[in-house]
Amino acid sequence: MYNVYEIRKDFPVLSELVNNKPNVFLDSAASAQKPLSVINCMQEIYNHHYANVHRGIYHLSEDITASYEEAREIVKNFINAASSDEVIFTRNATESINLVAATWGRKFLRAGDEVLISQAEHHANLVPWQMLRDEIGISLKVFPIADDGSYLEEEYLKYLTPRTKLVAVTGMSNVLGTIFPLKKMAKQAHQNGALFLVDACQYIVHNKTDVQDIDCDFLAFSGHKTYGPTGIGVLYGKYKILDSMPPYQTGGDMVDTVTYEKTTFMPSPARFEAGTPAIVQAIGLGEALKYMKNLGMENIKAHEDELVSYAKSKWENVKGLTLVGTAPDKGGVFSFVVDGIHPSDLAFVLDKEGISVRTGHHCAAPLVHRMGYETVARASFGLYTTRGDIDALLPAIRKAQKMFL
Amino acid sequence: MTLEELIENFSYLDNWEDRYSYLIDLGNNLENLPEEYKTPEWKVQGCQSQVWLVPQFQDGKLHFLGDSDAILVRGLISIVLMIYNDKSPSEIKNIAIEDIFAKLGLEENLSPSRRNGLMSMVSKIKFYAEQSM
Repeated sequence: MYNVYEIRKDFPVLSELVNNKPNVFLDSAASAQKPLSVINCMQEIYNHHYANVHRGIYHLSEDITASYEEAREIVKNFINAASSDEVIFTRNATESINLVAATWGRKFLRAGDEVLISQAEHHANLVPWQMLRDEIGISLKVFPIADDGSYLEEEYLKYLTPRTKLVAVTGMSNVLGTIFPLKKMAKQAHQNGALFLVDACQYIVHNKTDVQDIDCDFLAFSGHKTYGPTGIGVLYGKYKILDSMPPYQTGGDMVDTVTYEKTTFMPSPARFEAGTPAIVQAIGLGEALKYMKNLGMENIKAHEDELVSYAKSKWENVKGLTLVGTAPDKGGVFSFVVDGIHPSDLAFVLDKEGISVRTGHHCAAPLVHRMGYETVARASFGLYTTRGDIDALLPAIRKAQKMFL
Repeated sequence: MTLEELIENFSYLDNWEDRYSYLIDLGNNLENLPEEYKTPEWKVQGCQSQVWLVPQFQDGKLHFLGDSDAILVRGLISIVLMIYNDKSPSEIKNIAIEDIFAKLGLEENLSPSRRNGLMSMVSKIKFYAEQSM
């Protein structure tokens, strides 16, 4: 374990005031704060090392190309990919999943094939498959989760049919915190002849992620949730599969030979990175992953697991407070509602108390509806969250209850 | 109550708790929108709470009914309606609502980033005014 108060010094905003109150930032699941090492690294590049990548044979370009490719290597090691050619830089996880739907999906799926997702998906792992369904006539199947948000293996197996060609699931729900048994699910998908895609946006922030151990075929995540910059995400894919996929977008940096008659394309990852990429953001992402690795994923997980049990002990069995999503295997994401107070009203008051929580459908409207709500509030943890942050929530809720009830 | 009275009432409230309590009162006093209007047709795009707005046109003036499932938003709606109701389209066009909200100390609630539906409601009111000019 690490000293969380020492760690917090790496995130200047956490010690600043919000609405003249100490900053209680409980919205890391939406986007995490960035450590100074990431901010400084990106500033350093813009100040002293900036040029385009994969272009010139001049010093600056060679230098930054090396840093950009080193970032790919860092990602490769962070997720234990077999090769850095399996790491594609995208804008975010949303683009990563759209890429798979648009390239692999259009090439390999036919009318009548099934894509299977869980009831706990973010819109980013739902809408791309709906679009594909409407375009080429695949069917989109959704396997149910339990009322407490738990994964239901028997439902998953029931929905895995010979027609299932792809299972696309979240590793950890952004609304419920439920963690899915990815390794076992991947094995069952493969036994059934389906590929297995993981939306790892939340999972990778809180759990050691090993794509070879999970044996997933694709894995997507966003840099801004892993304490890195916005505008950068990752798609991991097994090389053999990536190699069989057509390009996503076309343009510069991804072509082999171009004539007016015909163009041939580079292999992965260049094939999927058309145009000038988010260079500095990719390097910033590498720095962020280094930061997490230096702390140790097992330490981050231990810290957050401790916070999860502390939050459960504080928030379960509180009259008037209902937790939405109480699966035994749950990470640091707590959705909740307060009896008689609209989540939006609650958030107004929490904001004034310096507490940042998200309210709404959390880009997972069908899931929030399935749990029986129109909107919910959500408190989520990061590696810098303290018991003090958790302690701040209840008094603020009490204050809201006094005002509204 | 006139708008001037409202601004005066708000001027006595020097902390957010009192301003919010007053908004809750205003919200409680806002007339409920008849259920038959609570349909997608009259819904205003807002992310955090549901907001409805129904325009009525009488004698060259616009009158609006509004509602929300969140009480603070209802309070804010009642202020918006107080500002815009029973004005002609050209009067509506010339109202600087941002200035009024600033006087009330509620300007942050009109920011487009807050996504409480209020900004969309104001845009819609202006749209209806534009349409009837």
